[in-house]
Amino acid sequence: MKMLVKVLTILLLIGGTLPARAALNVLACEPEWGALARELGGDKVSVSDATTALQDPHRIQARPSLIARARSADLLACTGSELEIGWLPILLRQSGNDKIQPGKPGNFEAASFVQKLEVPTRLDRAEGDVHPGGNPHIQTDPRNIARVADALARRLAEVDAGNAAYYQARHKAFSERWNAAMQRWEKQAAPLRGMAIAVQHKGFPYLENWLGLHEVATLEPKPGVEPSSSHLGEVLALLQRQPAKMVIRAAYNDGRASEWLAERAKIPAVVLPFTVGGTDQAKDLFSLFDDTVQRLLDAAK
Amino acid sequence: MLKHTLLASGIAMMLGQPLSAAAADNAELRQIRDEIQQMKESYEARIQALEARLKQAESAAGEAQSMARKADEKADQVATAPQPAAPSNPNAFNPEISLILSGIYANLSKDPADYRITGFMPGGEIGPGSRGLSLTESELGVYANIDPNFYGGLNFALASDNTTSVEEAFVQTIGLSQGLSVKAGRFFSGIGYLNAQHAHTWDFVDNPLAYQAFLGTQLGEDGVQVKWLAPTETFVEMGAEIGRGKNFPGSNRDKNGAGAGAIFAHAGGDVGTSHSWRAGLSYLRTSPQNRQYADTDLAGTAITNAFNGTSKLWIADFVWKWAPLGNPVYSNFKLQGEYFRRTEDGSVTYAVGPVTDAYASTQSGAYLQGIYQFLPRWRVGLRRDQLDAGSVDYGLNNVHLARPAYEPSKNSLMFDYNPSEFSRIRLQMAQDKSRQGVTDNQLFLQYQMSLGAHGAHLF
Repeated sequence: MKMLVKVLTILLLIGGTLPARAALNVLACEPEWGALARELGGDKVSVSDATTALQDPHRIQARPSLIARARSADLLACTGSELEIGWLPILLRQSGNDKIQPGKPGNFEAASFVQKLEVPTRLDRAEGDVHPGGNPHIQTDPRNIARVADALARRLAEVDAGNAAYYQARHKAFSERWNAAMQRWEKQAAPLRGMAIAVQHKGFPYLENWLGLHEVATLEPKPGVEPSSSHLGEVLALLQRQPAKMVIRAAYNDGRASEWLAERAKIPAVVLPFTVGGTDQAKDLFSLFDDTVQRLLDAAK
Repeated sequence: MLKHTLLASGIAMMLGQPLSAAAADNAELRQIRDEIQQMKESYEARIQALEARLKQAESAAGEAQSMARKADEKADQVATAPQPAAPSNPNAFNPEISLILSGIYANLSKDPADYRITGFMPGGEIGPGSRGLSLTESELGVYANIDPNFYGGLNFALASDNTTSVEEAFVQTIGLSQGLSVKAGRFFSGIGYLNAQHAHTWDFVDNPLAYQAFLGTQLGEDGVQVKWLAPTETFVEMGAEIGRGKNFPGSNRDKNGAGAGAIFAHAGGDVGTSHSWRAGLSYLRTSPQNRQYADTDLAGTAITNAFNGTSKLWIADFVWKWAPLGNPVYSNFKLQGEYFRRTEDGSVTYAVGPVTDAYASTQSGAYLQGIYQFLPRWRVGLRRDQLDAGSVDYGLNNVHLARPAYEPSKNSLMFDYNPSEFSRIRLQMAQDKSRQGVTDNQLFLQYQMSLGAHGAHLF
């Protein structure tokens, strides 16, 4: 017991000598919300991303480093809709941080501010890794980003009221640039409307909805279940009857299944960044969609 | 349609008129021809006008249609109306319920009834279980946030012999700040690495020999735990527990104070994006009273002795995980090891007599294991267990009780196949040398399935 007190004292002393950080600590579960927080928060926030674009956000380990970061977060910006169910609850319970618990202003769930697609009518694990609240991969539609930006700007102003005007001003500027960019992307992507695609994981319904793409096949037999060779054979047969222009996967997906299919169906396999950092070009939210649209257009040629 | 009818009637007129005027003279004929020409021109002009108007109407209709379609799409996509609130339903507040189902086939070359770890006082649950087909522990867990301040839950273990035990029943704060959390009730102690983990998350069928010898497989405590997480970038966590100390290495006792105390510290972090680690040091102190155990004396008589005194256990643990770019889905590797060192001081009562005299022992043990996921659903693992019976002094009872200089060991190899996150089928082979002079070759085939809510796993 005595030793514990000693160690605690030493650590408190170390803690006391660390420079006090004025900026609001934001822990983003996925890189897109980190990028959005940076857009809206500027130098008033210090943003840390819990995951990268090359990691499957469904299956992250509750690593000690993440628990340590949750401890000092003022605001948690996550997708929600049970995307992080496998790891975030551990972070929350072990963080000893009441600010970010569910129901507190410091717990921000992006998916609760957009209309979700693919809300299952039947909840059964036999259907694979289904999300009761609907498909959580909302970030592939820039109109959702705009809606989440509205909500996140309000939330930043609530959590850090002293800088409310700053966040509002940055949000206004961001919205103007974002709306202009959306018009540009929609114009560029107009030729893609109605195009048939195959996807590896059901990760793109919002992108399809935005650009009017038509999903004809999924490589995963059930969401979250790795494609098996027999299922891939069925998909190939399906594509011969109902051809797709390309097969799409996210940067974090293993490429073998879609490359195998692409080669046999003689269509291009396209890697989309899926989120910020998924490709070298997708450095922020704007370049994320620049690159996404460009890659689709290149493959559709 | 309209266009074609007009054209057809025009042609019919052109053909019909000259036929009916076959008998007329030239002037008349010319006149008629002129008239026809005029009619033809006028019809053509009118047809053209009609055609133009038709085209306009058609394109206007098309535009209207496409505009309507676009508006529809926009309406579909832009619908920002708040999500319909869940209908009021008292069941909506029901806690997460999870159920673990598990069964095993064991093929053991030596009789498990004779199982012991030579040189170590037995306690808790040890051994490879029974031979043949059997059900292993089914776990029923019920967990939920209680209110904004507390989280709590209960975990029942239903054993194959139809006995039920409460593995966990605790409440835990979630509303404290400054990195503090407090847990009370029955919980798995935070000492070591594996101790806090539920059986269904173990990488092998059984816990390591060191856990069996020093903690009776897993230490559950009735008590209070306080944990504090340092505000540092490196994960630094410290915890202290006081508990009843009822379970091995403690014993149940009639006392107002605490029978066990533990402190532990863990540190952890990432190295690059692909590597992460955690290491820790724990100390457990219990004061067992009349801790009875089965033994065989030097004369070969089966007896029940008892220990009174103090048991102090140190555990050093580490785990290192590798996942390419931090994505463990396709392949990953985990290396973990723990070292145990226990000293016990007090007295042992030798059942024949009975003779009570001083007892002192220093014993140690360790395990090291590696688990490699080489394909998305397939893992292979290897574990080496090693114990050291160390120095044991029974005082006067040294003439009755054996003090073997033996180092129990065990090698285990496992393969598992995980059709999904919720199901696992495992094959394990082990060569168990826990008993001096005996090699038990073990083969296990096990399934573990989880249904209902499936809580997130610890690191």
